[in-house]
Amino acid sequence: MKHSEFVQQPESGPALPGDLPAVSAYGLQVARGTHTVLTNVTFSLPRGCVVGLLGPSGCGKTTLLRAVVGVQPATAGHVQVLGHAAGAPQLKTRVGYVTQAPSVYADLTVLENLRYFASALGMKGWRREDAVVRVVKEVDLAGYADKLVARLSGGQYSRVSLAVALLNEPELLVMDEPTVGLDPIVRRELWQVFQRLAEEGTTLLISSHVMDEADRCDRLLLMRAGRLLAGAARTALLEHTGCSDVEEAFMHLVEAATAAEAQARQQVATQDLLSELPGLSGLSGLLDQGGAPEAERVSVAADARS
Amino acid sequence: MSRLPLADRLPFSPTITGATAVRVLHQVSRDKGSTALLLGIPCMLMVLLKLMFHSSDATFQRVGPQVFGIFPVIVMYLVASMSTLRERTTGTAERLLTMPVRRLDIVLGYSIAFAFLALLQAVLSTLLSVGPLGLDIKGPAYLLMVIAMLGALLGLALGLLVSAFARNEFQAVQFLPAAVLPQFLVCGLFVPRDEMQGALSGVAKVMPMTYAVQAASEAAGHSGVTGVFVRDALLTLACVILVLVVSAATLKR
Repeated sequence: MKHSEFVQQPESGPALPGDLPAVSAYGLQVARGTHTVLTNVTFSLPRGCVVGLLGPSGCGKTTLLRAVVGVQPATAGHVQVLGHAAGAPQLKTRVGYVTQAPSVYADLTVLENLRYFASALGMKGWRREDAVVRVVKEVDLAGYADKLVARLSGGQYSRVSLAVALLNEPELLVMDEPTVGLDPIVRRELWQVFQRLAEEGTTLLISSHVMDEADRCDRLLLMRAGRLLAGAARTALLEHTGCSDVEEAFMHLVEAATAAEAQARQQVATQDLLSELPGLSGLSGLLDQGGAPEAERVSVAADARS
Repeated sequence: MSRLPLADRLPFSPTITGATAVRVLHQVSRDKGSTALLLGIPCMLMVLLKLMFHSSDATFQRVGPQVFGIFPVIVMYLVASMSTLRERTTGTAERLLTMPVRRLDIVLGYSIAFAFLALLQAVLSTLLSVGPLGLDIKGPAYLLMVIAMLGALLGLALGLLVSAFARNEFQAVQFLPAAVLPQFLVCGLFVPRDEMQGALSGVAKVMPMTYAVQAASEAAGHSGVTGVFVRDALLTLACVILVLVVSAATLKR
């Protein structure tokens, strides 16, 4: 089993930082009441790349991200982040999380927000001021530093939220639809920031329901209805599906998955029918037993190549 | 096991708690209207009370000190439940909990900030009552401030607790008549507690507001600090601490 490699390393043990994946999930399952939000999600993300988590609204992207930062308990399976169980105390200063709605205090100024969150991260004195000045420059908010967040535009508002996540120079930055509702210029600027962070070694996990943002990612996780359709490098995915862009590849995988599901349903129905008619039960062996839906095979094949 | 420095052995971080308190005070001070209401409402109600009992000063002298244990509870309850609920609905609470912030840091930070506001509120309403309004109490006037502070802390603690159970602002407001008004009715302000129906006076005995009000009457009726005053004040404080600990444990994301 591949995942035996990912067991938690003891803190004092030999350091092998480069080898551990940034995030690895195995058989992750999340249920809310009787409704299953995530079903058997398994993937592994190397460090220092931009990963796009793509899928239609309501497919479970936010739940998956919340599981990665450790605020969403899993019903089954587990998530390892930088060699620790998701949400472990050691990770609290190494992982940055930007929620979908910008979670900063609207009735404080940009600087007051940043100073407070820097203190919450345990920074003091000049280290705190340094970090605040650095992130203000990084997200280009210097001109608005003394403005109340409530008075800022939507784009500036979400950049404040991003700045908070950058305060502790996280090794993994998890962002939930950071560019939604922003104009194309701001979106491009943000993606430039993301790319630069990745070049500096940060792993970025970014969700989006806009497929054209996938072109800026190194790796992709494609989701639909709580299941992972594919998890692979972008080039490998395009090559495997023979499509020219990610949107097309996604549609291809969705069709394949739907077809596989329909086939599986039909098969179950046929088997039910056969079991009711004992005389015909011998025929069931003739039916196609191809178990795994094509989508899952795509994921495995593409991963093997990357 | 090596001895950890004191800061690491505490169940909260003094730096983060302090930063949270400063941040909450920053937010409150931005909202001039809320600050004015927070500090002005108890004073306004005291004036109202004085005018109500214009023709029977004896009633004002009886009721006046008692409301010091009541008005701050209601005012602080609303402020505390709303502001912590807002923290939860805007997602900032969730963000803080992905950082090295503990629940107690948030709860204590809010408590310190609102305790400071409660102190201002208590000083203002005490000075107004014993000065221009002519409230004449036998004990020292600072005891009224202590009662008002305890009442405010009680309201704060109840507000924090309720915001953990309320899903939205509507529910938090509904909890006011559900959790605070019954205490207000049975605390002994309207009917002396020993004249109430048996079970009800038993209920009154376990309501924290009862002790705040009783301590206020004690301060009004006796010169100096009496044993009953100290006991009642400590009981109220114990309730405040208990409710704060429970609300820290139940703080949801």
